Parts: sequence; C-alpha cells; structure tokens
Amino acid sequence: MTAIPHQKLYVDFFHEKRGLASWLVTHDHKRIALLYFYAISGFFVVAFCLGLLMRLELIAPGETIMSAQVYNEVFTLHGVIMIFLFIIPAVPAIFGNFVLPMLIGAPDVAFPRLNLVSWYLYVIGGLLALSTLLYGDRPADTGWTFYAPYSVKTGTNVTVAVLAAFILGFSSILTGLNFIVTIHQMRAPGMTWMKMPLFPWALYATSWIQVLATPVVGITLLMIVAERTLGIGLFDPSIGGDPVLYQHLFWIYSHPAVYIMALPAMGIVSETIPVFVKKSIFGYKVIVYSSLAIAFIGYFVWGHHMYTSGMSGPARIIFSILTFLVAIPSAIKVFNWISTLYKGSIDIKPPLLYALAFIFLFTIGGLTGLVVGALATDIHVHDTYFVVGHFHYVMFGGTGFAFIGAIHFWYPKIWGRMYNLKWANIGFTVLFIGFNLVYFPMLVLGMMGMPRRYYDYLPEFTIPNLVSTVGSWVMAIGLIIVIVNLINGRKGPKASTNPWKSVTLDWTHTQSPPSLYNFEETPVVTRGPYDYRDYEEYIKNES
Amino acid sequence: MSSESVSQNHTAHFDAYGIKLGMWLFLFTEVLLFGGLFIVYATYRFLNPEAFHEGSSQLNLVVGAINTVFLLTSSLTVALSITALQKGDSKKAIDLIMITIVFAVAFMFNKYYEWTIKFEHGMFPGMDHYKELPPGEAQFFNLYFLMTGLHAVHVIVGAILLLIVAWFIKKGSVNQQRIVYLENAGLYWHLVDVIWIYLFPLFYLII
Repeated sequence: MTAIPHQKLYVDFFHEKRGLASWLVTHDHKRIALLYFYAISGFFVVAFCLGLLMRLELIAPGETIMSAQVYNEVFTLHGVIMIFLFIIPAVPAIFGNFVLPMLIGAPDVAFPRLNLVSWYLYVIGGLLALSTLLYGDRPADTGWTFYAPYSVKTGTNVTVAVLAAFILGFSSILTGLNFIVTIHQMRAPGMTWMKMPLFPWALYATSWIQVLATPVVGITLLMIVAERTLGIGLFDPSIGGDPVLYQHLFWIYSHPAVYIMALPAMGIVSETIPVFVKKSIFGYKVIVYSSLAIAFIGYFVWGHHMYTSGMSGPARIIFSILTFLVAIPSAIKVFNWISTLYKGSIDIKPPLLYALAFIFLFTIGGLTGLVVGALATDIHVHDTYFVVGHFHYVMFGGTGFAFIGAIHFWYPKIWGRMYNLKWANIGFTVLFIGFNLVYFPMLVLGMMGMPRRYYDYLPEFTIPNLVSTVGSWVMAIGLIIVIVNLINGRKGPKASTNPWKSVTLDWTHTQSPPSLYNFEETPVVTRGPYDYRDYEEYIKNES
Repeated sequence: MSSESVSQNHTAHFDAYGIKLGMWLFLFTEVLLFGGLFIVYATYRFLNPEAFHEGSSQLNLVVGAINTVFLLTSSLTVALSITALQKGDSKKAIDLIMITIVFAVAFMFNKYYEWTIKFEHGMFPGMDHYKELPPGEAQFFNLYFLMTGLHAVHVIVGAILLLIVAWFIKKGSVNQQRIVYLENAGLYWHLVDVIWIYLFPLFYLII
C-alpha cells in the first residue's frame, strides 16, 4: 500500500491531546468509543473465563471443580456480565460511537457530554456488578433473569446486582437517545434517509428499542429492590403478589433487548459484505424496512419465554404466531446478503470471513429459535440445553462474531495500522471450529433432555458434554490467537486510508486514524452508500 | 491551524430542535418507567377490586385535590415563564419560575403531612399495622407508596432543574435565543404534572 499523501498535515485524534486525564474528560466520540472498547473487552474476558470454568465443571458428571452453589453464582455472573456489560453495549457503544458520525458525515454525536456520562454510568454499573463478589454473604445466584420470588427471598447480593443492571440500563438509554438525535439532525448535506448506510439504519432501529424498552426493565428491577429493602411483596404470592407478572415485565424489555444485541450486528454484516464483493447491496430498502420491522414486531413476542409459566392457551398461541412473524424480516436479510454475494468479485479477507460466519451461525440460531418459538416443540425443549445452544448461536455466533469482524474491519481506520492477515485467518478458523464444538453438542443434549442450569447431569449425557468442554478450550485458543494478533497489529505496517477500498464516507473522506472532528470540510453526498460503479476512480478523486 | 477553526465551528453549533427532540425521547422513557407501575396497578386492581376500593377510601381526598390544584397551577406558571422569556423579559421569567418552585414546595409539604399521618397509624411497609393488612389491600398501599413516592422524587428533580435554569437565566446564558433549556425544563415539569393527573384519580377518586 502506498503511503498516505497528507501524512503530516493533520493531527489524528490520538495525538490531539495527550495524557490519561484528557481521555477521562474527552467529548470526542472516537475516544469515548475506545474507552468503551477497553472496558467492554475487559468484562468480556472475565465472563469468557467464567464460561470456561462452567464448561470445566461440566466435563464429567458429579462435582468436579465447584459446588452447586458456586456454580449457580458463576452462571449468574457470566450471564449478567455477558448480557448487560458485553453484548448489549458492545456494538452500539463501541462501533456505533466510533463510526456512526463518520458514516453519516458528522463531526461528533449530537450530545457529546451526555455520551461521556453514558460511559461513566457504564463503568459504575460494571464495577457495582463485580463488587457483589467482594462483600455480603455470597454473590447473586438467581441467573441473569432475577426471577421472583427467588430473587426476593435469596440471601445473596441480589440488591446490588439488580441496581447495577438498572444503572447499566440508564447508560444504554442515553446512548440510544443520543444516536436517534444524531441520525435525525446531523446527516451530511445530500444524505437523505434512503442514502444512509445500513449500519446507521440498524443503529437507528436499535436506539428506538433502547429508549422504549429499557425503562420497563428499569422499573421492574426497582420493584425488586423495593421488595427486598422495604419488605413489601409485589411479586410474593403469599400476600397476593403475582410472580408471573414479574416475568411479563422482565421479558417486555428483555426480549426486545435480544434485538438490541442482534440488529447492530446485522448492520455490521450489511456494511461489510458490499465492500468485499465490490457490488451494491441487494435490496437496500428491504434491509432498511426489515430492521424497522424487527424492532417493531420484537416488542410483541415476549410471551414466548413463558410458554410453561401458566399463560392462557390463546395468549400462548398468539405469542407463537407473532414469533414466527418476527423471523421473517431476519430471514429476508439473510437472503439479501447471499444475493449480494452472487456474481460479486469476492475478496475473502478476515472481516468478510466473520460476516459469512455470522450468516451461517445466525441461521442456525434463527432456525433453532423457531423450534423454541413454536409452542408444541418448545414444551419439549423448554429449559433444556437446546435453549442454551440456541441463544449462544444467536448471541455469540451472531453478535459475537460480527463484533470481532467489526474490529477487523475498522481496525485500520481506528489505529491506522494493519494486523497480520494470515494469523487473523488462522484465529478465525480455530475460533469457528471451537465455537461449533462447544455449542452444537448443546443442541443435541437439549433434544436428549438435559436440563439447563445444573452443575451435574446423568451419566448418559457424558460424551456430548466432554466434546463441548474440549471445544471450549479450542475456542479459547482461537480467541487468544485473535487477541494476540490484534494487539501485535498495533506495531504492524501502516495502513493506507482506505485499505478495503470502501465507498462509504468513513473510508473515503476521513484520515486513518481520523482527525478530531473527522472531516476537514463537511462532505456533500451525491452517491448511494454502496454504489461501486467506477469505485477506483471515485475513491481517488475524493481522497 | 485548520483544526482550531473547525473546533470553533463545532462549539458554535447549536441545534435547538435536536435538544428538544432529545428531551422528548427522554420523556418517552419516563412515561414507560411509570408505565411498568401502571401495568402492575392494573393487574392487581383487576385481581382485587374490593381491596382496592377499601384502600382507596382510606386516602385523604382533600389533600390529594389540593395537591392536584397546586401542580396544575404550577404548570401554568411555567408556561407563562416561557412566554415571558420569549418576549425577552428575563426578570419576569425568573419570578414565574420561583412561583412554580413555591408550588412544588407546597406540594411536598402536603405530601409530607399526608405520609406522616399514615406513619402515625403504622401504615408504612414494615410497620405493625401494615403487616396485618389483607393481601389485596397491602398491594394497594405498596403501589400507593411506590408510585406517589417515585412521583415525589420527580417533583424534586423537576424543581431542581427549574432552579438551575433560573440561575442560567440570571447569568444570561439562557435567554431569548437559547430558550430551549427553559422549554425542556418546562416539558419535564409538565410530565410531572401529567403523571400526577393519572395518579390522582387512580388512587383517590376511583373507589
């Protein structure tokens, strides 16, 4: 790659100001994104290790390395960190913050100070969640869902864990609010709604879910706190409370939250694929509308988590039908991505590999989702390892892979360097194989009837569990290769401003790393976001 | 340096519409926050209609009505204050905010009086009389304390927001051109009012 022609004429955002203090009070969306990146990655590694410990416990029947109580605490903390501290904020808070303003041609988000406040709330919430390990009797052991009445009765540190989740929800709301206003108000001249790239569209749909769904879980968690501290029994059946009501309120948020996790990841895939096939995305408008449809229908399917909780028959049937409906827009996206690949000039680079893995794994996750979404089959596999396998295919196989793919995609933009492509491919392959070794046996185990959330199991489940545990080590090795390769990339060769030859504004109109306000002058948008006609010429003229 | 000129442009960027849009989104979240409690209220009212009738008849209608009048009037004074600042009369705007604050304080005194009487009768979660309540009625009072309590927190926050804006008007940084901050504080205050408009009939009037 040729050297950057204007190398000395600008100051990148790393060097605009120096020192730790300048980072902690920064209003720059790129620095805040990196602050999120380091915090979220740290929590991810912690929760990943907890997952490894759980798999180790399950390597053989009986108690191997931890007691039942410790196992309950470990899976609770694994769930709370992975859900509230990793997968909900990961894509919006890191890549939303870093590239959203650049993709729409804006100097920053609409409320830069609020953006920093969100990060501090995130850190406070995260530290509170971790602090439950240090004092009181025991860390929380309820599972990440905090189901009443157990969450009200248990003597463990549930109150603080719940408050942590409440604060993290606040952080998530403020980020969503910020993005909606940013997208409405700060698009570059000429960028009409239908000329906006698909990652901002995905974030837009996600942000509405964050704003409209999160407060419901906020108040629900506050009710748990009130119940524990004031001794009132809102969800306690002995004084007329209704525990199923808690489940309703919890899932009214937590099902849409699944789309907070999935939609931005889909946006990354939509953003990645056209770049590596040099072809406009197939069905741009349909992808836009399917994002909005997922966000909308996603509000009305929460009951499918509660088929066995004692809802009425008609309610269960309606929730089941709605669940089938929400699968349609996701399937549409998959068809669109595949059609985009058709007759494209496919250039298999690490970011594309992750996007393809997303399509493959997310499809498995989505189809197994229909198995648990269908009323009759769900009764059979409810609360079994099938569900665990299903949501790890969606969350880790989907969002997790898209997240790692996004790091590989925007790496040269963020740090202006290139990692080793060969090792990135090796890391991906090991991670991909390990992932399937861990989670595919879980689908089988679920069908065989192994219940989830136990530290022990019957002897006939031994072999798939052993495969899964060995797979977890393969996956860990894959992840280590990926992380080490990315860290080494910081000392790698300088990347050109647009190494993937993308035509979106973040690559064509900003430096790598970008300067403080991204653009030397506000770009004027005349082309569609994925218009690859004569792209070589266009990129040369614009840069 | 070119980056400096960009930075000046950046700080000069002032988007009143965007700021107001952000406030409206925040108000949506507040409505949904209370929405969760309204769902719980609806469910338990449906399950225990008689107990809720019994609970409702124990509340002091006069105190509730006076507080409703206070809040409605305070919404008027906030609206007047916005009009005053639109016309450039910042002194009158501050005076009207102060009248609003007086209403807020009066509301809180009334609430204090109302709750104190409840406490004297042992009517608070954890107290003797409270524990003996029949299940449905206990739910009524759980929700009464939670919902009006959370609302009272919002009254306090709203009053503080208005005080801060009044301070900025005095300093001149919120003025005729940058009125959106006063408008946003006003929006928040109206929300506090609107929520009370729902709480008052649900707890005091429907029996």
